[in-house]
Amino acid sequence: MGIVANPYKTTGFMGWIDDRFPATKMWKDHLAEYYAPKNFNFWYYFGSLALLVLVNQLITGIVLTMHYKPGAETAFDSVEYIMRDVPWGNIIRYMHSTGASAFFIVVFLHMYRGLLYGSYQKPRELIWVFGSLIFLVLMAEAFCGYVLPWGNMSYWGAQVIINLFGTIPVIGPDMVVWIQGDYSPADATLNRLFSLHVIALPFVLVGLVVAHIIALHEVGSNNPDGVEIKKHKNDKGIPVDGIPFHPYYTVKDIVGVTVFLMIFCAVIFWAPDGGGYFLEKPNFIPASAISTPEHITPAWYFGSFYAILRATPPMFGSALPGVIAMFGAVAVIFFVPWLDRSPVKSIRYKGPYYKIALGLFTVAFIALNYYGMQPPSDFGTLISRIGMAVYFGFFLLMPIYTKLDSYKTVPERVTYEAH
Amino acid sequence: MSTESAIHTNPNVDTSRRRFLTLAASGMGVVGGAAVVWPFLASLRPSAKAQAAGAPITIDLSAIEPGQKFTTTWRGKAIWVVKRTPEMVASLTKVTGDLIDPESAKSTQPEYAKNGARAIKPELAVLIANCTHLGCIPTFRPEHPAPDISANWEGGFFCPCHGSKFDLAGRVFKGSPAPVNLSVPPYRFANDTQLVVGEDQTAA
Repeated sequence: MGIVANPYKTTGFMGWIDDRFPATKMWKDHLAEYYAPKNFNFWYYFGSLALLVLVNQLITGIVLTMHYKPGAETAFDSVEYIMRDVPWGNIIRYMHSTGASAFFIVVFLHMYRGLLYGSYQKPRELIWVFGSLIFLVLMAEAFCGYVLPWGNMSYWGAQVIINLFGTIPVIGPDMVVWIQGDYSPADATLNRLFSLHVIALPFVLVGLVVAHIIALHEVGSNNPDGVEIKKHKNDKGIPVDGIPFHPYYTVKDIVGVTVFLMIFCAVIFWAPDGGGYFLEKPNFIPASAISTPEHITPAWYFGSFYAILRATPPMFGSALPGVIAMFGAVAVIFFVPWLDRSPVKSIRYKGPYYKIALGLFTVAFIALNYYGMQPPSDFGTLISRIGMAVYFGFFLLMPIYTKLDSYKTVPERVTYEAH
Repeated sequence: MSTESAIHTNPNVDTSRRRFLTLAASGMGVVGGAAVVWPFLASLRPSAKAQAAGAPITIDLSAIEPGQKFTTTWRGKAIWVVKRTPEMVASLTKVTGDLIDPESAKSTQPEYAKNGARAIKPELAVLIANCTHLGCIPTFRPEHPAPDISANWEGGFFCPCHGSKFDLAGRVFKGSPAPVNLSVPPYRFANDTQLVVGEDQTAA
């Protein structure tokens, strides 16, 4: 049986390839002939920026791994060696550590875009679920990476996070020893977190990103109006409100990349520790099992979830409820596509209830994040408890208030003015 | 006609035999797969080296002054030995009403330390220094009054991470995020000045 000729009628070298591998097909399906709505606004930069930061993390991570030495005795010194002795080592390390914070900034904004424009609604539920999984894996990846320099904040951060599992009844304490591979965070713990950070989790992360994009390209992108551009196609079957991703959005994204890199590089060059938020001061002291930093704070991007953990009072002599609340705050995100009962997608056509709810949620999330970073206080606990009620209320009451809300009529086509 | 339907319409195929073989092969695959998982999970447990490093330790008590806290490590955990003065011992009964678990009913300690002073000898407290909330190390705050901690502070331990408060026997005060008292490790006295942490006292 001969080769079935490829439908793209490519010849020469590409023809030879296309007869054996769908190179031209993939190029067209995902770039040159992927039709995206023409009315994207700046909120649509953050997906491609997340991809850029992922590539940054992978490349800087590969180089850092060439110089870093995992192990309780060697890790801290090898990080300082990278900072002082490896040519360009300090810049590469700052690209990686600032990249972690940048990753969360763009991902938070990318997720917020989803909440604004209902990008999780049918038929995009799986895109949202894959995205939520990416967020979960990203949190695990960031935690493991945070431990690797084996500074004192790394050590105590690991202690606090791993001890979360100790609150599980019956098996908890044994589970902590099993996770640590020792009776406290030690050499074995650092090495396994290194393994997860450089092999297992990036592998899963990249796989999920591929699934996220394949799911997106299967159903097509949402847009700020939340109307389906596939409803109106021309005689060639191309959505009339769609434009090819390449070159239109590749070029547009370059503008976003430029602005992003200006800020990103400014931080790397002039404020690489982010004022003590991107790299915390106690982490410039080697890990010590017998001296806790004055105030253990998580990395800033975990602030909201940490505030929820702290604000939950112990029940039945166990700190488990706080742990459940913290993981619940991540888990609830997965269910948004089924919690939102709005007949429209975009906030442009949603009523006052959703706008108020999203506004309160925004304030609560920022307040939680702030108080999660502050030393414990009665006032902080009070604010965190209110913030926590708003956080969970936003999600869990969504089926009710989106059902009761009033809605504007969604236009038939996207609203767009040519510039 | 597809290949699959060709199989199913072939009268010479003994389908029940085939079904049995498919089930047996898949079943063995699942059992084998589960068995292979075990060594990988078990390899994450503390190694022989880590277990050996977790052996009991001996502490010389003659070097500790009354009212002083001595910190050492056992199994990578910080261990406190506090030589309590008579005044410190007396403070333990004053705070009983403000405690979550004054009798240490829900807390972790050897049976011989399940008493008011949480100790074999009231003048010597031996505690695991990790806060029972999330494992931070509280600070030793023997001085009193200490209005920055609470109005009626009689001396004890204050956790800087999440604000848990403990008395001088490691018993947690009401309103702390920590649910139970600090743990007491197994310990025994080799003689009047030698304390062994990591081994239980055998005869009282």
